[in-house]
Amino acid sequence: MLPNLGKTDLVELLRKMLLVRRWEERLIRLAEEGPSFGHYHVYVGQETIGIPALAALRPTDLIFPTHRNHGYLLGRGADPGRLLAEILGKETGLNKGKAGTLHASAPELGIPHTSAIVGGIVPIAAGAALAAQVKGSDQVSVALFGDGATEEGVTFEALNIASLWKVPVIFLCENNTEEALGAAAGGYPKSVTAANDLGNIARSVGVPAVVVDGTDSGAVFTAMKVAAERARASGGPTFVEARVVRWPGSNPLWPELIAGETELRYAWEPEAAPELLIRWYRNQDGLLRYLREMLSASLLEKDEAKEIDSEIIQHVEAAVRFARESAYPPPESAYLDVFARPSQ
Amino acid sequence: MSAATTDKAGEHFPDQRPDRELTYAEALVEAIAELMKDDPDFFVIGSYVLGLGPMRALFDQVRREYPMRVLDPPTAEIGFTGFGIGAAMNGLHVMVDLSTASFIFEAFPQVANEAANASYMSGGRLAVPIVFHFLHGLRGGGAAQHSHSPQAMLWNTPGLQIIMPSSPADVRGLLPAAIKSGNPTVFVDHSKLMPIKGIVSVSPKEIPLGVAEIKRSGSDVTVVATSYSVQQALPACDELASEGIEIELVDPRTVVPLDRRTILDSVSKTGRLVIVDETHRSCGVASEIAAIVSEEILEALKVPIIRVTVPDVPVPFSPVLERELDTTPERIAAAVRTQMMRKQLSRP
Repeated sequence: MLPNLGKTDLVELLRKMLLVRRWEERLIRLAEEGPSFGHYHVYVGQETIGIPALAALRPTDLIFPTHRNHGYLLGRGADPGRLLAEILGKETGLNKGKAGTLHASAPELGIPHTSAIVGGIVPIAAGAALAAQVKGSDQVSVALFGDGATEEGVTFEALNIASLWKVPVIFLCENNTEEALGAAAGGYPKSVTAANDLGNIARSVGVPAVVVDGTDSGAVFTAMKVAAERARASGGPTFVEARVVRWPGSNPLWPELIAGETELRYAWEPEAAPELLIRWYRNQDGLLRYLREMLSASLLEKDEAKEIDSEIIQHVEAAVRFARESAYPPPESAYLDVFARPSQ
Repeated sequence: MSAATTDKAGEHFPDQRPDRELTYAEALVEAIAELMKDDPDFFVIGSYVLGLGPMRALFDQVRREYPMRVLDPPTAEIGFTGFGIGAAMNGLHVMVDLSTASFIFEAFPQVANEAANASYMSGGRLAVPIVFHFLHGLRGGGAAQHSHSPQAMLWNTPGLQIIMPSSPADVRGLLPAAIKSGNPTVFVDHSKLMPIKGIVSVSPKEIPLGVAEIKRSGSDVTVVATSYSVQQALPACDELASEGIEIELVDPRTVVPLDRRTILDSVSKTGRLVIVDETHRSCGVASEIAAIVSEEILEALKVPIIRVTVPDVPVPFSPVLERELDTTPERIAAAVRTQMMRKQLSRP
């Protein structure tokens, strides 16, 4: 189901999701070509969580991502060239080359801090919500994390305090464990936890929890809207678990384009997809599902979709040129920014 | 507590009241109360700023007056420390109290890997105005799990300011400076400092970070001491003065930023250096100060440096065993006498 938005907004969401997909695919090619920019994580296959979630929030709401942050930065409007420059360690990067792929942030876009430590961001996002609460603003803060973070004690502590103090935070758990959708049928999530249902960890401390299919953009959008409204109405935190089947290219230790770049026609000709990914593209890729839903609701023609896609591909190529042509930071800048305010 | 009186025309006149004698705990509470009064965004997360000793009731006045801004968290150090950091990232000025210093180990990932790195990883765009407060050191019966002095470990974590007051006047002036600095700061108190009395100005001023204070002037031996060790060095100074040995007692007050100049100038003058600090010997606060002096002005040293520190063993419970490891006035005086008796280093 599509989010409850007008056509213009829905097309804009498609653009953002396609930007994430194309930008990430290009990033994997850059990693293959080298030089290496270190270990990294891509958002392919989770676009229908992050982009609808952002659309359900206000621009003033705060987002606290993890190592899998690219989709949120692009979704919030970070310049694709500057994000890529950051990952290549260039001076023009979002964080002057001090963050890289794992720690990129954009305070000016309401993404103050990113933590690549599993669970590390969860209490920080909730603390930002505490600040919003005591200042009497109607701002909501979103803690992003994967299923793995529910294995960390810090996540439990943050859930407990957030529930006690009723702070306006949304805990958005992107469960991309391999068979997360299978887990919905009653099995274990593949993450290493004894909780059959991750939401029970939240419920045990009085935080209401919902599960949505992460490929269902409308379900994600609605769950986030409800959670944000509850937070703004002083109703406290919500735990939203969005389940997806992990994109097979993210199964290896390093991301791989195991069957090449996505082609939009796989949305309407699934049999055209490479054998390896035919099931994933047909049933588990939220982006192609979104596109199919747009087409069948006659909100978009195939040709229009292809046109948007080729614009985005050009946009991404411009970002690659920008990042490649950018200079490395001067070595002496390594000594700057230890403290944001002058010390001594 | 007002720093100055204001007449109807809004002109300021210096406060004419005499300075007072306060305990360290009173000065600390007064500083917190002033921050509460002046800064509506100032919050305290934590319940035991003064420890569990008899002084703890003093903090109740702040709690009574500002109940909405003193938050009692559950026993969840990593959780509430992270809350403080996030709140600071979103506009509050936060003092997170971890109580006994050892409890910061429960919160280390948030302090060392989030707060300390946040500005740098953002490219200098994100300020985190937060103070992590704890009570360090040998407190009498704290034993191995309640006597830690983690400031040396934290000094090995770039991105944290580290403040170690030793007197009521210093804590009164340094806490507001720490909060207003806008940077993540570790504020190191010592439970044995709490009852110590000292003169505090009736209109206290902030003490800038990175400015050492010479607590005693002298020409024979420089003693650099931090935190409660300063209080232990003072009686040693008196005793040695009666023996005709004049100590220059230098208190850095903050180690990040560190006033290297004052330390180096004093050692250049005396040529002898004893460093007293309660962190364990290896890679401790004293090690770093010794290294700086050796690198910068080795030629000024007449005799080798001596460190008076807590040895590299866990802190035991028995009072006799604890005292064996302590940086007592006797150990400090003995180190100074050794310095005076040693044959001067011969140089080509």
